[in-house]
Amino acid sequence: MTVKQRTFPSPIADPDTEQFWTAAKDGKLMVGSCNSCGEKHYYPRGICPHCGAQDITLVEASGKGEIYSWSVLRRADPPFAIAYVTLDEGPTMMTNIIECDLDALSIGQRVKLKFSETEEADGPPVPTFVLD
Amino acid sequence: MSINGKAYIAGVYEHPTRKATDKSLAQLHAESALGALKDAGLTKDDVDGYFCAGDAPGLGPLSLVDYMGLKLKHLDATETGGSSYVLHVGHAAEAIAMGKCSVALITLAGRPRAEGMATGTAPRNYGSSAPDVAFEFPFGPTVVNMYAMCAQRHMYEYGTTSEQLAWIKVAASHHAQYNEDAMLKNVVTVDEVVNSPMIADPLHRLDCCVISDGGGAIIVTSPEVAKTLKRPLVKVIGAGEAPKHQMGGKVDLTYSGAVWSGPMAFEEAHVKPTDIKYASIYDSFTITVLMQLEDLGFCEKGKGGAFVSDGNLIAGTGKLPFNTDGGGLCNNHPANRGGLTKVIEAVRQLRGEAHPNVQVQNCDLALAHGTGGSLGTRHGSATVIMERE
Ligand SMILES: [Zn+2]
Repeated sequence: MTVKQRTFPSPIADPDTEQFWTAAKDGKLMVGSCNSCGEKHYYPRGICPHCGAQDITLVEASGKGEIYSWSVLRRADPPFAIAYVTLDEGPTMMTNIIECDLDALSIGQRVKLKFSETEEADGPPVPTFVLD
Repeated sequence: MSINGKAYIAGVYEHPTRKATDKSLAQLHAESALGALKDAGLTKDDVDGYFCAGDAPGLGPLSLVDYMGLKLKHLDATETGGSSYVLHVGHAAEAIAMGKCSVALITLAGRPRAEGMATGTAPRNYGSSAPDVAFEFPFGPTVVNMYAMCAQRHMYEYGTTSEQLAWIKVAASHHAQYNEDAMLKNVVTVDEVVNSPMIADPLHRLDCCVISDGGGAIIVTSPEVAKTLKRPLVKVIGAGEAPKHQMGGKVDLTYSGAVWSGPMAFEEAHVKPTDIKYASIYDSFTITVLMQLEDLGFCEKGKGGAFVSDGNLIAGTGKLPFNTDGGGLCNNHPANRGGLTKVIEAVRQLRGEAHPNVQVQNCDLALAHGTGGSLGTRHGSATVIMERE
């Protein structure tokens, strides 16, 4: 079944997130990892939202996870599935489930990372997921 | 220090327009302000404090203060989306308690219909410098699909059904039939709600609020001023506010910031949820109401579906009459924000000025609660408890 896919606006990197988007261009999904409290966070940022420390390292996620929640926006053209995916590393992130049967999604389904190209030629890809 | 008893709501006004092609945004704010002042029996020159939020055109409050010609001692433009105006009631009470002002004006207005805004189904970009935008905007978050994900998760964890959510719209529609200004006056059934077109799974068209133009205003005064006026005395006895967000990736869509703002307000008011005779609950979607009712303590977490079923929210028959003006689900939703109109209908109930068919008997204690932003990402919660003196 060929389903028309939506296109993705290109995210704009800033000094806080440049490293994340550079890694995305290499096909790597990074999450923030705090060297002070040991907790991971998403989206990545320069301060640990759990303990306030600034000693953060970006670490590569496995790209595996499960659907925490989802919704298909039927009124969009084309309809698409937005989701929160909980990564096996812990953090839950907003994303889209792509290349899937929009009528067969459910919470708890296993998914894996598949980056999607974005609208600007030099824009970084965004982390989307397919069913695993 | 507490704000309990330190301030009164002396005037309220709901702008009757639902499509304002013939009025500017500033004009809607000003007409709402004048309406509330007239209701209170005060004039523009009595106002010494002004509160507004992100719907105010211009730099914070300044353009509207200029437009209306106000001379002030106190300003507050705290912006937490649609919850702002409920929060402003609390802030106004604080300012009055501290002697910073004695007549506070709060306004809201918007004209999304006149402007043809795709309110619920188009992503909103709150500015590319917001740190979350790059990680969310590409994925098409809209108002409706984000609240839909809350509903989806609530159904998964607690077994909540679409039929249970539909009861919330059914109750709102029962009330709206008596409101001549309401956009949707037809009484709907559970079947009609669940068979309306799916907008964003699991939310149907009739799970969504209306898109309307309009506005409103509230006058909060000191006890001294309130007691010189000829209106029934509506006393602010408790207020709470709290933000909730994604907690660095520990996302939990099953509850709202009302779990914090509610208990703060109840504690300050020295009352409990079972004491409340009438509740105005923000209703962008049916799921919004259900989650907030649970979080405010009107029922156990996860039991909201059973609580709202079988007409329990309908005035006259239900245990907790809610949104007796028809709410955002049926009446209006000016500026795509619901908080201010929630306070207005609660005040009407406490004064005994609601429509006779929905007026709660001996309504001496009411709650108004707002959510602003998105339950699916980050939002402000604000709760106010008011007492008829
Ligand atoms: Zn930390």
